[in-house]
Amino acid sequence: MDILGNLVLGFSVAVTPIHLLYALIGVLLGTLIGVLPGVGPVATIAMLLPITFKLSPVAALIMLAGIYYGAQYGGSTTAILVNLPGESSSVVTCLDGYQMARRGRAGPALAVAALGSFFAGCVATLIIATAAPPLAELALKFGPWEYFSLMVLGLIAATVLAHGSLIKAIAMVVLGLLLGLVGTDVNSGVLRFTFDIPELADGFGFAVVAMGMFGIAEIITNLELKDKREVFTSKVTHLYPTKEDFKRSWGAVLRGTALGSFLGILPGGGALLSSFASYTLEKKVSSHPEEFGKGAIEGVAGPESANNAGAQTSFIPMLTLGIPGNAVMALMIGALMIQGIAPGPQVMNDKPELFWGLIASMWVGNLMLVILNLPLIGMWIKLLTVPYRYLYPSILVFMAIGVYSLSNNPFDVLVMALFGLLGYICVKLDCEPAPMILGFILGPLMEEHLRRAMLLARGDATMFLTKPISAGFLIAAVLLLLMVALPAIRKKREEAFQEAD
Amino acid sequence: MRIKSPKDFWAGLMFIAFGLAAMIIALMNYQFGTSVRMGPGYFPAVLGGLMVFLGTVITATSLAIEGPKVPRLNFRPLLLVLTACVAYGYLIKPAGLVVATIALVFVSALGGHEFKWKEVSVLALLLIVFSVVVFVKGLTLPFPLWPEVFE
Repeated sequence: MDILGNLVLGFSVAVTPIHLLYALIGVLLGTLIGVLPGVGPVATIAMLLPITFKLSPVAALIMLAGIYYGAQYGGSTTAILVNLPGESSSVVTCLDGYQMARRGRAGPALAVAALGSFFAGCVATLIIATAAPPLAELALKFGPWEYFSLMVLGLIAATVLAHGSLIKAIAMVVLGLLLGLVGTDVNSGVLRFTFDIPELADGFGFAVVAMGMFGIAEIITNLELKDKREVFTSKVTHLYPTKEDFKRSWGAVLRGTALGSFLGILPGGGALLSSFASYTLEKKVSSHPEEFGKGAIEGVAGPESANNAGAQTSFIPMLTLGIPGNAVMALMIGALMIQGIAPGPQVMNDKPELFWGLIASMWVGNLMLVILNLPLIGMWIKLLTVPYRYLYPSILVFMAIGVYSLSNNPFDVLVMALFGLLGYICVKLDCEPAPMILGFILGPLMEEHLRRAMLLARGDATMFLTKPISAGFLIAAVLLLLMVALPAIRKKREEAFQEAD
Repeated sequence: MRIKSPKDFWAGLMFIAFGLAAMIIALMNYQFGTSVRMGPGYFPAVLGGLMVFLGTVITATSLAIEGPKVPRLNFRPLLLVLTACVAYGYLIKPAGLVVATIALVFVSALGGHEFKWKEVSVLALLLIVFSVVVFVKGLTLPFPLWPEVFE
């Protein structure tokens, strides 16, 4: 395996003008929606899915990936200047970032966040390049047993690491699996749960469900809150951190990067979890923990590096196994499927330009973000003054156009609205929509692997336990569940998420 | 019997309802098959059963353990936002993009905290221009601009 050669191939794809352009569009859009509170990357990517029809697969993925990690950069700006998480993964950045801003140190906070993110982005890119090929190699040997068990593990892990009640998250996964089965059954050709509606023969469109559950539901929930943004508009001066700042931050950046890279790979991980974990860690290892919450620069440097690292390494399971670890990755898989590419380990061999081009573009995109964010910070701050009452009708227009254009059928828009209703009810009942989306995308795959496994084993279900890798996945899943059931760990988990609220 | 955790109580009932529906529809209409050769009804019926079980556990726990109340539902933004989207979808073909966008923007704006005619009109105009430039001209989506009778 020649990583260098692969990276060269990747960069030769990533630096072609058209791909540079899409990377730029992606990171700009990502920063934009990251800066704006109430517009998340999940809804944005869902909104753009229909448009990616028109792009090449490489360009589509480069742009969508840019939105995800660009949002991590943008989110920190809002957190520091307005004390509002522009992005859920920047929640902890509010704690110390805003305090720094109040003391007139917004500049160094922003700079450390951007530089830390850039460092983390570079490391994460390298990690993907080295870890992905062997993993894909291994995954090529997987049979239906291993795949089914891996999906079980992935879904369980996603619920364990999700916010809120475990059992409700599992129920949401099952609901997602069921919704994923709507449409024509590939094995028998039977139409399932279609209620004689011809539009449902192909099942619910992925973009339609995601936009409803995340986009529409998010807007309705936001409209309940009063729009009370107060921009911290004292001019951002002295952008560059002092020597002292650097000395205090570099350790936090390193630890944040390591932690984020690791947590990002886990199913259910990604940016959000990484930033929480990093903040807790920094507070623990710091020699002056009393400063946390009052403007400790480590409290910005660590989580901001971690969320960017986690955002990027969460691509690893998606790219190598075809299994999404979080809702954004589920959307990426949706994007691949729209392009007619079956996600899985074979993508790396069949489409090296797609795989390595995407990885190289992440580094290029991170570079663009540092260059864009530091000098253009003034422009992003201005954007923060746009009130939500202008934003949400615009978002609705884009979503409606996007969904309608899927098949020029108003039925899709209706379905989106219905999923918006379901999403709103779920928010009210504290049922997280993210596990549902994972279940939704994995539903048909899981059924397929289960059927094949049982057929090959002539109905012998013990094969799931006698195959070592498959057994390992299932045991890991059970252990995860047991761990959360233990009172001590359950308390810790609740504490970790409590800090966010 | 008192509901101690209303959020969980209703969430559990919702899951039971979805699970039961899936199970009944799957068992009544689709071949179940055997575990060796699973029919189209097998997986959905099993999942439906699992969901009924999970829902029952959630509901049962909600009767035993205290939990948060269900927050008030705000029907105004909910109904207006949903109506705005659906109206757009069903208007765009017969009435054209201009009318559909105006309908969406005005109806959804009514769901917000403030409604100023002038602001909303400017916003609608900007969005129409943007949609035409980016989606109709740029991405060449085949949307009619004006009502069918005029074309």
